[in-house]
Amino acid sequence: MSQYVLRRLLIAIPSLLGISLVLFVVLALAPGDPFSELATNPNVPPEVALALRAKFGLDDPIYLRYLHWLNAMLHGDWGFSFVSRMNVDTLILQRLPTTLYVIGSAQILALLIAIPVGVYAATKPYSLFDQVANTLAFVGFSLPTFFTGILFILIFSVTLDWLPFVYTTDIKGTGIHWLAETIRQAIMPVAVLGLFQAASMTRFVRSAMLDVIRLDYVTTARAKGIGQRRVIIKHVMRNAMIPVVTLIALQIPAVFGGAIVTEQIFRIPGIGSLLISSILSNDTPVVMAVTFVFACLVVLFNLIADVLYGWLDPRISLR
Amino acid sequence: MAPLLEIKGLKTHFSTDDGILQAVDGVDISINRGETLCVVGESGCGKTVTAMSILKLIAMPPGRIAAGEIIFEGRDLVPLTSSQLDEIRAKEIGFIFQEPMTSLNPVLTIGEQIAESLRRHENVTRKQALERTIEMLKLVQIPNAEGRVHNYPHQFSGGMRQRVIIAMALACKPKLIIADEPTTALDVTIQAQILDLLQDMKERFGMAVMLITHAMGVVAETAQRVVVMYAGKVVEEAPVDDLFGNPGHPYTQGLIRSIPRIDLASEHKVRLEAIGGSVPILINPPVGCRFAPRCRHAMSVCTEREPLLREIAPGHRMACHLGDTQLGGAA
Repeated sequence: MSQYVLRRLLIAIPSLLGISLVLFVVLALAPGDPFSELATNPNVPPEVALALRAKFGLDDPIYLRYLHWLNAMLHGDWGFSFVSRMNVDTLILQRLPTTLYVIGSAQILALLIAIPVGVYAATKPYSLFDQVANTLAFVGFSLPTFFTGILFILIFSVTLDWLPFVYTTDIKGTGIHWLAETIRQAIMPVAVLGLFQAASMTRFVRSAMLDVIRLDYVTTARAKGIGQRRVIIKHVMRNAMIPVVTLIALQIPAVFGGAIVTEQIFRIPGIGSLLISSILSNDTPVVMAVTFVFACLVVLFNLIADVLYGWLDPRISLR
Repeated sequence: MAPLLEIKGLKTHFSTDDGILQAVDGVDISINRGETLCVVGESGCGKTVTAMSILKLIAMPPGRIAAGEIIFEGRDLVPLTSSQLDEIRAKEIGFIFQEPMTSLNPVLTIGEQIAESLRRHENVTRKQALERTIEMLKLVQIPNAEGRVHNYPHQFSGGMRQRVIIAMALACKPKLIIADEPTTALDVTIQAQILDLLQDMKERFGMAVMLITHAMGVVAETAQRVVVMYAGKVVEEAPVDDLFGNPGHPYTQGLIRSIPRIDLASEHKVRLEAIGGSVPILINPPVGCRFAPRCRHAMSVCTEREPLLREIAPGHRMACHLGDTQLGGAA
């Protein structure tokens, strides 16, 4: 088991290298760099601008710049943000917890909705509950988060004035009050992201359950007289969750994508909004680092999914 | 003595997009204590649905028991809810399924799956359940039962899995075992072993067995009494010797003639006889005898009036107009 994880981690190294290379090349091909506005700034003499570019190696060939970046990364140097005037790793570490808190809560919310609703709907297919759940799920994943986000702000912040619509990290107050505020301001973004995820997951859980429910071994289980509830939980759900785990792992990149949009709407100071603002200000080192962090998280979640897979399905041996 | 299980006028219907499918249409079957009853017929003639209806294991909806009684030890099972039936499932009536490859849950160990019904029906601790599971595995001749009990189904061969399924069905020592084509999916050599095992278990525990099969060879070897089903109805019922010695219904005759005979084939180069055509789809079945379109003795009355089961010899009943003196027809 631990050997398997270790081997998977080693396999992750070449894929992360590949991802970083592609990211680096794409960013290098994009127009503009941190010093491009210096050229048009009348206060900076052209020779100073050129000297700066030479100093940071911005005009070197791409492969040299990539090797420089890689070398620096390996030494723990993530680069320097010219816009924020601080080290990229400090910047990311400041922002990452907020993103993980929001995304994590949204995923938990999605699972808490999708699993019970999907399972119950599958046990009574085409019943009223199933029809309503299906319709809501369909509506849910048809509505993009940027729409529902603004709708939520309009209803719960502007009209009803129940929840704040700007997310802030410097909440005034301490103890219980701080905790309550932290939760309160996360309700809307978590709900928007979580409900969107829950919608597609519900449909997936339902169809995975329906696939399993008519299999022979479920009839075997029912013939044992152990009761509907036990049959569903122990025999059907256990098997239906195997493909669901895959889906959730495959959705993780989409979740981060959705988080970028959601963070933008609710002004959440996470790494998603950091990515957007650094793209807008041509802050290449930050863009590179943030996309790389996303890549690492995606690789990590895939690994977690594989381990879970092996735990759920004894036919897969993790060797 | 009252039979252990008595099915009276059972009708199981399925609603489909094309109309109501009358999979089982007025079936009467009774099984005595300790008896082996074989139910034979081609695929699609309602054998499995009849068996599954007993414990309501058919999918409901679309399935539905439209009429009839299923009396087990004096109690009608038809009006019982699924949770009331749970008291009877596995405890009183055990089920052995056709497909050993798919009838076991792939993510649970076989021990967990066998112990599950013990834990449900008998007041045993986890440890006692494990001991009894190992004991059952030994009974069905699984080598190294103590070690194998913790294995998963994919670690067993088809024949071994069927032994596990038998152990599972027998765990609570039910009074009746319903075995739905238990050997169809297995190699011929394994088939004989499984049938022997079933016979052995039956004698050891004194259970009644309802064996569903389409192999007449299996019938000849195991049954005491035979029920022949065709298109959702019982067409003939007789003690096994009587059925093979003096088959009344043209369908039964056809089934018996279609048994490959190695002795005849080599000496006389006789072609194996088959019954032409196939089982009709039971949506809006025609009036009259359902076998008439495939029957070589069909008369005009056969497509007009449905033949009823009548006794042609003691304990031997059949549903055919042939030889019915009241009709004046000739056999």
